[in-house]
Amino acid sequence: MKLAFIVATLLVLLALPSVAQPYYVTLVLPAFAYAIALLGFNLLFGYTGLLSFGHALFVAIGAYGAAVLSSKLGVRSFELVLLLSGLAAVAAAVPVALLSVRYVRIFFGILTLAFGMLFHSFLFKFYDLTGGDTGIRVLRPSLFGNGYEALDKTAFLVGPFYYYCLALLVALAIAMWRIVHSPFGLHLAAIRENPRKAEYLGVRVRFFRLIAFLISAFYCAVGGTILAINTGQADPELAYWTHSGELVFMTVLGGFASFFGPLIGAFAFIFLKSELMGATQYWRFWLGAILVLIVVLFPRGLVGIGQALWTKVRRA
Amino acid sequence: MTALIATEGVSRSYGAFVALDGVSLSIAEGELVSIVGPNGAGKTTLVNVLTGLLEPTAGVVRFKGEDIAGIGPVRLARRGMARAFQLVHIFPALTVAESIAVAVISQTGRSLRLFACAKKDAALRARVREVAAIFGLEAKLDSEARLLSQGEKKLLDIASAFALSPEVILLDEPTSGVSSGDKHGIMRNVIDAAGRAGVKAIILVEHDMDLVAEYSSRIVALTAGKVLADRPPAAFFSDPEIIAAVVGKRVGKLAQGA
Repeated sequence: MKLAFIVATLLVLLALPSVAQPYYVTLVLPAFAYAIALLGFNLLFGYTGLLSFGHALFVAIGAYGAAVLSSKLGVRSFELVLLLSGLAAVAAAVPVALLSVRYVRIFFGILTLAFGMLFHSFLFKFYDLTGGDTGIRVLRPSLFGNGYEALDKTAFLVGPFYYYCLALLVALAIAMWRIVHSPFGLHLAAIRENPRKAEYLGVRVRFFRLIAFLISAFYCAVGGTILAINTGQADPELAYWTHSGELVFMTVLGGFASFFGPLIGAFAFIFLKSELMGATQYWRFWLGAILVLIVVLFPRGLVGIGQALWTKVRRA
Repeated sequence: MTALIATEGVSRSYGAFVALDGVSLSIAEGELVSIVGPNGAGKTTLVNVLTGLLEPTAGVVRFKGEDIAGIGPVRLARRGMARAFQLVHIFPALTVAESIAVAVISQTGRSLRLFACAKKDAALRARVREVAAIFGLEAKLDSEARLLSQGEKKLLDIASAFALSPEVILLDEPTSGVSSGDKHGIMRNVIDAAGRAGVKAIILVEHDMDLVAEYSSRIVALTAGKVLADRPPAAFFSDPEIIAAVVGKRVGKLAQGA
């Protein structure tokens, strides 16, 4: 059943650029980006039990990495951009994580929030380096050395770039699937369930939290590079705390207790936001109201709703 | 007999309060040593020092000849000492098999296998089964820990500690919260399992004098941070003064019976 659902979704996503309007296809790109970022985010939140309110920091590092590499250093290879931006995020995550993983719950959340805001101020104030509030332009990358110069921007995004990102999402999802089902993943779950007991069973709690944090930073940065290439711009808003909040929102919306929840949450959020923004200027209010309803009525998110419906259908 | 664990003049104070005052004891292979004493006698502090959680303010604590002052639970587990807590410590959402696997993974150095599949690891599964079988939990391997009965949770807690293949296991009131009918069953199960698993010594912290009298090979009584008595059960329970100091009137009848 699960497998059938995954295959069907993949087929729809593969066919989408040929059947849907380009506008909707360009909406799917940020959904891919967030889906990748949330795979990492949820390793920390759903699997390790640490809720970060600052992970937009790493999304922003990915975006600025793409911007600096493409506009300032002339690096056009998307593979290189992904790798270098991801490693930059991991490097930045080391000090953040070293300090943050000493704490749990709200203290962890507040510390990560503080780091996120610190980076946001840095992007905002160091105008010469970061372009201040306007940010830095992100140039179109080459994919496997191919620049696709013949295609205009939209054709590039909804064509080769779309498929590249889909393949990236699938590859990174498989890697994450293996991680959460590995012995390492089981240790993370043990840390989430009972860190003290885990310690007495020889689990290096802080060290593993650190590794989970670094992996999550890498995934968020990959998501950030895709976002930036899609909009052609890296700006400080990406690092703002509300953006970190959106990562939490999407994860809770989809359901953090499930592997696929955050992926579904990313897609649902992007389309919900786009539809609500088109329908009303009070879209933030409605998004908030939906989140409240989900948390109160369906703490397991959309996946939980789906599972409940499925059991009902099967019983009927 | 060489001492597995030894303390020499261990003291631990918190500001002006002296929780442990010059405690020297040693535990050798094949022993089951009970640590008893009234509340506030320093049992918990002693246990925390013995398990490397607390550094003594004075004195030495050695495990297999090496200083383990303040080394922390992770390295202690690696060196071969495991601990089960008074309150049940489980991983509520993990299954019985997963809970035991957590210990097996760290004990066998599998924990950094990021891309291996834990479920398909035959050696890991075999070891998990083996440990579960010792504690009669094979039928529950796929149940979530939170759904077990209180007694089963206790067994799982202890089983996961055993999965570390420890040489010494420290049991902090292993039968607290278990009905009095079950407590001997659990104790026998644990001692039996310890024998089969190659555990060389057991340290038992226990209030229940029934259990202490029945299973200990030696009893160490603490009062006010000092060792009041360190002797085998027969000698221990034949001294009414010690019993009065350790447990008050409650055990008067037991003393007569012993």
